[in-house]
Amino acid sequence: MSSAASTAETDRFEQSMTHVHAGGYALELRDLRKSFGKTEIIRGANLAVRAGERVAIIGPNGAGKSTLFNLISGRFAPTSGEVLLNGTRIDGKKPFEINRLGLSRSFQITNIFPKLSVFENLRCGVLWSLGYRYTLFRFLADLDDANNRAEELMHMIRLEKKRDTLAMNLTYAEQRALEIGITIAGGANVILLDEPTAGMSKSETSRFIDLIREVTVGKTLLTVEHDMGVVFGLADKIAVVVYGEVIAFDTPEAVRANPKVQEAYLGSVLADEQAAAVGH
Amino acid sequence: MSKTHYEFKPWNVGRWIIWSLFALVLLVAPKLFTSSLSVTMLTQMGIAIIACLSYNILLGQGGMLSFGHAVYTGLGSYMAIHALNAVSNGSMPIPVSLIPLVGGVAGLFFAILFGYVTTKKAGTPFAMITLGMAELVFAMSLMFSEFFGGEAGVSGNRVAGDPFMGITFGPPIQVYYLIAIYTFVCVALMYAFTRTPLGRILNAVRDNPERVEFIGYNTQIVRYLAFMIAGFFAGISGGLAAINFEIVTAEVVGAARSGGYLLFTFLGGATFFFGPIIGGVLMVLASVLLSELTKAWLLYLGLIFLFMVMYAPGGIASLIMMNLRVASFGRLREIWVSYLALGVTALVILLGAGAMVEMIYHLKLDAAMGDTVRYLGMELNAKAASSWFGAVFVTLTGLGIFELARREYSRQWAAIQTDIEKEIKRRETQ
Repeated sequence: MSSAASTAETDRFEQSMTHVHAGGYALELRDLRKSFGKTEIIRGANLAVRAGERVAIIGPNGAGKSTLFNLISGRFAPTSGEVLLNGTRIDGKKPFEINRLGLSRSFQITNIFPKLSVFENLRCGVLWSLGYRYTLFRFLADLDDANNRAEELMHMIRLEKKRDTLAMNLTYAEQRALEIGITIAGGANVILLDEPTAGMSKSETSRFIDLIREVTVGKTLLTVEHDMGVVFGLADKIAVVVYGEVIAFDTPEAVRANPKVQEAYLGSVLADEQAAAVGH
Repeated sequence: MSKTHYEFKPWNVGRWIIWSLFALVLLVAPKLFTSSLSVTMLTQMGIAIIACLSYNILLGQGGMLSFGHAVYTGLGSYMAIHALNAVSNGSMPIPVSLIPLVGGVAGLFFAILFGYVTTKKAGTPFAMITLGMAELVFAMSLMFSEFFGGEAGVSGNRVAGDPFMGITFGPPIQVYYLIAIYTFVCVALMYAFTRTPLGRILNAVRDNPERVEFIGYNTQIVRYLAFMIAGFFAGISGGLAAINFEIVTAEVVGAARSGGYLLFTFLGGATFFFGPIIGGVLMVLASVLLSELTKAWLLYLGLIFLFMVMYAPGGIASLIMMNLRVASFGRLREIWVSYLALGVTALVILLGAGAMVEMIYHLKLDAAMGDTVRYLGMELNAKAASSWFGAVFVTLTGLGIFELARREYSRQWAAIQTDIEKEIKRRETQ
């Protein structure tokens, strides 16, 4: 089984690499649209993210950032338009199909397995990618590769001491870390993090950003984030979403200088932050 | 990948001891309880344990509330009794001891058939569909009397085929040991299931089906596979019942039977693997002993279920585990007086309320037999104000003191839990 597992891993890796070379983009959105009833929430979004880039998606509340993630990850099917993962179309596919193609996501509201221990949460996250699927005739305890990988992840997210604690009994910050752990567990090379630091204190946030940077080395990362300090510290590129469209997608410096962005969103946010800083 | 500090001993000593004890209990139980009623009950307990555990694969492990589990135990029973008759008339050359497997295969087959539709949905729609399936099968059982035997059911004779080493399955004790072996193997297999990747992902589907979709799993397939496994073991249980009773009637696929599995699995405790074993034992105790004791047994059962759902939703197993936790921190002896007080006052309430229930049942059902009710050695006049006054007085007094005892107990319990939490935190930071 372990050879099958490693083949699956290699397959996923090679598949992504060939596509990266062929198309050049790890994730691409082409004129993506989504309506709920008569209301169009995503109105022709375009985005092309290269493999290994860290992209922060910013925008005012209700701009459609989370909806965009839901469309990419398969939670909702788009009304029209295309989503390409490593050159393969994934729009309209089910979440588990998209996940198997190498895209994984976290959620804004913590979404873990509350009655399973930290270790079990992570082990569940690795099983499919190691090729164990719906295995019935092997014991979990004997799956060395899965167990080692889960231990490794637990180490990475610094929850070794909480190994056997039920996820529901963790602190909020620990649950957020576990959420990230589950997200990266399957070895996906495109990671979507939806407001990973929401609800955290300043000091927790900065530690958490270090953690995210650490665990996503070499991966393509898209993250929705409100904290501008975090955005400018973490991201190689910033995508600004306003009213369901990507109005700018560039390096942090270029985005900061972009008058369109200033007008639509960033000006007010930066002014607020500066005012807050002066106030302190 | 190098092996990190993770070490796991799948066959550790504790597990050997528990499984050996379980085998020992199965082995010596009929030597300790030798009356024919005891052997009958022990036999039925084995059957009920397998049925409740198979039901818990759905309820406790998969979060699937099924209202139609009797479909799979029942159809297993029917296929088994037909197989038994085929063995009897020589058209099927298999030993009687393998007939339960015929039931298992039947259970599996119908789970594959019906489960395909049922497991397309989770949550409330799942529960509704199982209810519909159960009604459907019950209605069919009345229509196709060639297979279901109509009102009389289908009967068979388990003394069939060639005896193996003198085992004919004529004497009940031989049937007991057959069922004990099946019980041990099925319990072990169902426990093993909880230790497999599929078993664990099933827990994940129970906890958070949405998240499971984002780690690569199709939750519908997970539910479907679990449903099949539950159906297989349910069918084995049904097959054993067919051998034991030598008759199968339409009630075995009925809603009451399905409700029974739900009720007793819940009472035993769906959150722990061993909970349904307790549930299976209780199921037989209630339906054989309690039903002998009083006509109002279903009412008492309903009340117990009600209180359990409200105050101990984890069932008896969770009560045991919570107290074991307290004991492991050496704090159990602080609350045993409270337990004694709770127990005694609960008995007082039961005494008073029981008297009222028995009098009502007597007035409604046995009024022709006079006004006197025999209750725990006393004679109560069901129409006399004094009996009612006495019963109400005892109940209210019991309730009053019980409430006092309960408050004291809650206070102690909360204090102990706080201390334990602190202790756990302290150990973690060390």
